[in-house]
This record gives sequence, structure tokens and C-alpha cells, in this order.
Amino acid sequence: MIKSLDPRITRAEIDLENNIEPLRDLDQWETYEVFHQKRRGDQHMHVGIVHAPNAEMALIFGKEQYGRRGLSVNLWVVKTRDVFASDYDDSDIFETVPEKQYREAGGYKVMDKINKYKKGL
Amino acid sequence: MYGNAYIDPNDKAAMMIAGEDPDKLAAFEARIARGEKIEPKDWMPKEYRKQLIRMIEQHGHSEIIGALPEGTWITRAPGFRRKLALMAKVQDEVGHAQLLYSAAETLGKSREAMINDLITGKSKYSNVFNYPAYTWADACIIAWLIDAGAIINQVANAKGSYGPYCRALDRICTEESFHLKYGHDNVVTLATGTPKQREMVQAALTRWWPPIMHFFGPSDKISNHTEILMRWKVKMASNDDMRQQFLNMYVPKIWDLGLTLPDKNLKKNAEGKWEYTEPDWEEFKRVINGGGPCNAERLAVRRDAEERGRWVREALNTADSKYIVPLA
Repeated sequence: MIKSLDPRITRAEIDLENNIEPLRDLDQWETYEVFHQKRRGDQHMHVGIVHAPNAEMALIFGKEQYGRRGLSVNLWVVKTRDVFASDYDDSDIFETVPEKQYREAGGYKVMDKINKYKKGL
Repeated sequence: MYGNAYIDPNDKAAMMIAGEDPDKLAAFEARIARGEKIEPKDWMPKEYRKQLIRMIEQHGHSEIIGALPEGTWITRAPGFRRKLALMAKVQDEVGHAQLLYSAAETLGKSREAMINDLITGKSKYSNVFNYPAYTWADACIIAWLIDAGAIINQVANAKGSYGPYCRALDRICTEESFHLKYGHDNVVTLATGTPKQREMVQAALTRWWPPIMHFFGPSDKISNHTEILMRWKVKMASNDDMRQQFLNMYVPKIWDLGLTLPDKNLKKNAEGKWEYTEPDWEEFKRVINGGGPCNAERLAVRRDAEERGRWVREALNTADSKYIVPLA
């Protein structure tokens, strides 16, 4: 039995030569992707995964893992296997013509025209 | 297949990229050179994957095992606030292991396989945790100086090339900043306290100095092998550079408190480099290979924890569970 500096370990009466069966597949369950919302009004952000046997446990582990510091008001968990993701090799689908000013706010500048018009009055 | 290509097994650099598609390798290296991160499903050289799994997994094991020497003093922390803080710190370390295991999993090694390799002694963890925390002051020195060393290592690695590892480290570094302040506060309290407290913290510092000097590992051999790992941003700084950085930041803070370090040769030379007595690397090897004072206890405790929790994990398992590798 281990005589440890840690009284909890001594009390647990652990055999120093304990051999155990290796963990089998799925011993640690499957994974859930965790989404965390800091404050009401913020977007939920992906923060990582937890291993859990079901969604309720995933929320509990998610709270311990990603909500034990700082602000949190809400968590979502989704089974990893239920996420359908695009492929990085297909990143070119996000490329469009280089000039996209026509679909951005900054592409529309009217003050010059207004000032010129006012001067001309 | 390049059936006739002979690769000299002694040429480690050539072995590292043997059989890799040269076009894919060039694109991979160009991506890293541009400062882009590699994500789990990207093409990567086999050796890149292997080295990262080894590194991240060991880092995860270190967090788990590191909770044991520190946890030693939870039951006898001096006061309620210290106890709360130490429990929070130990919980953080276990949480860090979860983050790191998750990052390693994205490279294709299951969590079960990592835990099995830890408890059978196949995988290593940071050597410092094979030493005991004899007194409360030992736990304080660990919290301050071992965490300081870990932060130097982790801040460097957070700039590496593998996305999931960098994201885990960013989160970890934020939390570690509390550990460092907490540890410093504890050491300062003892060092500025009663003569008995000073004596206690000095004794702990003297005990922990050799493992602290071992912490970053022996000098790296400058080889093509290391050069490739640096080019791939797997290894971000040499062991000696990190040790220098640590000494530069913390030796003055230790001396500020009027504490002494058990190395008469320790000093900063005219070029601003720290000189010290070469650590005993034979001792380091002996301990890392199982000969330290706590190796056997650490692993037995780990095995016991897995075994006692097994029936709960099995009871919760559902028939439709299906493991797939995490996305990020």
C-alpha cells in the first residue's frame, strides 16, 4: 500500500503494483462540440470539445471546462458527428472577384458629392 | 513508389521526409512560412503528425500528473482562501490536460490510447513531477517557478503551426497567469514572514532548484532534425534559450526576496548570458526512466483512479455512441 505525503492517497489504500485492464474504445465516450456565450446579446462562440456519454453530461462538463472563469450566460453542445463541415481543400469556394466594393458599406461614399452640391448652391 | 531510393537510416533529416510527396511537402512548408496554421484535416508529413502527437500528449500527461504533487497539500492548506485557490489551480491543471488531449486527438490518437500509454509508463510526462512536495512551501515553489517555466514554454509553443494546439495554449496561458501570481504571492508571504516560514521556503527552493534547472531539458543538439522541426514550427525555441529566458526573468525576483540558490556559479556574465553549473543530466535520465522518488506512486494513483471510475463510465455508456475525431 502506498504511504503518501498526501493523506488522501494513503487513505485510499492503493497498491503500488496495481495492474489494470487497458481502457477499451469508447471508455471515454464520444465528443461534443461546445459553444459558449459570454453575455446576453453576444454570439455563441465555438470553444472546444468535451467527452461525454450524453448531452446533459456534456453540458455539465462544458460548464466545468469552459465556464469556470470569467463571464458565461449560456452553453450549447452538439455531437461532433452531427456537424457537417466544409473541406479546407475546397477553400477556393469562398474566393470571388477581387473587387467586392459594390457589396460593402465602404463602397458607397456620398459626402464628396453632397459637399460639392452644397458649395454650388 | 520509389522502390530503389536508398535512405541512409542515420540521416535523421532525410528519414523524416522519406516517402513524402515533394509537391505536397512544399505547399505545406510554404503555408507555415506564410504564418498560416495547419488544421486537422490538412495534409501533413507523417513525422509532423507523429512529433506533435508525442509533444501534445506528453504535455497533457504533465498537467494530469502535476496535479498530484500540488494536490498533496489541499487538505492542509494554511487557511480557507489558500485552500480555495489551490483547489482552483489543481482543477485548472486537470482542465488543461483535457484541452491538450483534445488537441492531440485531432491528430488521430484516441484519448483511451493516450491514457493507456500513460498508465503503462510508455508515454513520458514532465520529469519535475516525479519529485515530492514535502511541505506546503514545496507546493508554493511549484506554483510559482514550475508554472513560470511552463508559461515560457507554452507562450513559445502558442506561436507554433498547429491550429488546435495553439488554441488550447492560448486558453491555458490566460489561466496560468493566475497560477503564477498565486504562486508568487505564496512565496512572498513565506519569505517575508516569520523566521520559520523563511526557513521553510528556502529549504523548498533549495530542493527544487535542480529539477527546475532540468525543466527545459538538456541542450539541443544542433542537427538537421531539429532544424526541420523548427522550420515546421513544432519546436519554437531551443531548450537553452528557454532556460536563459527563465533565469533572466526569475533569478532577480528570487534574489530580491533575500533567498539563495544552491549554485555558486550562477551569475549573469558581461554579455548578459547566465552562467551556471551544468545540471546533472545523469540524474535527469535516471528519474525520467522511472528511478525518481515518486514515479511509481504517480502511476499507481493514476491507474487506481481509472479503475475506480471505470464502472461509472461504463454504466453511462450508451449503445449508440460512436467516436469520430474532433473537428478542431
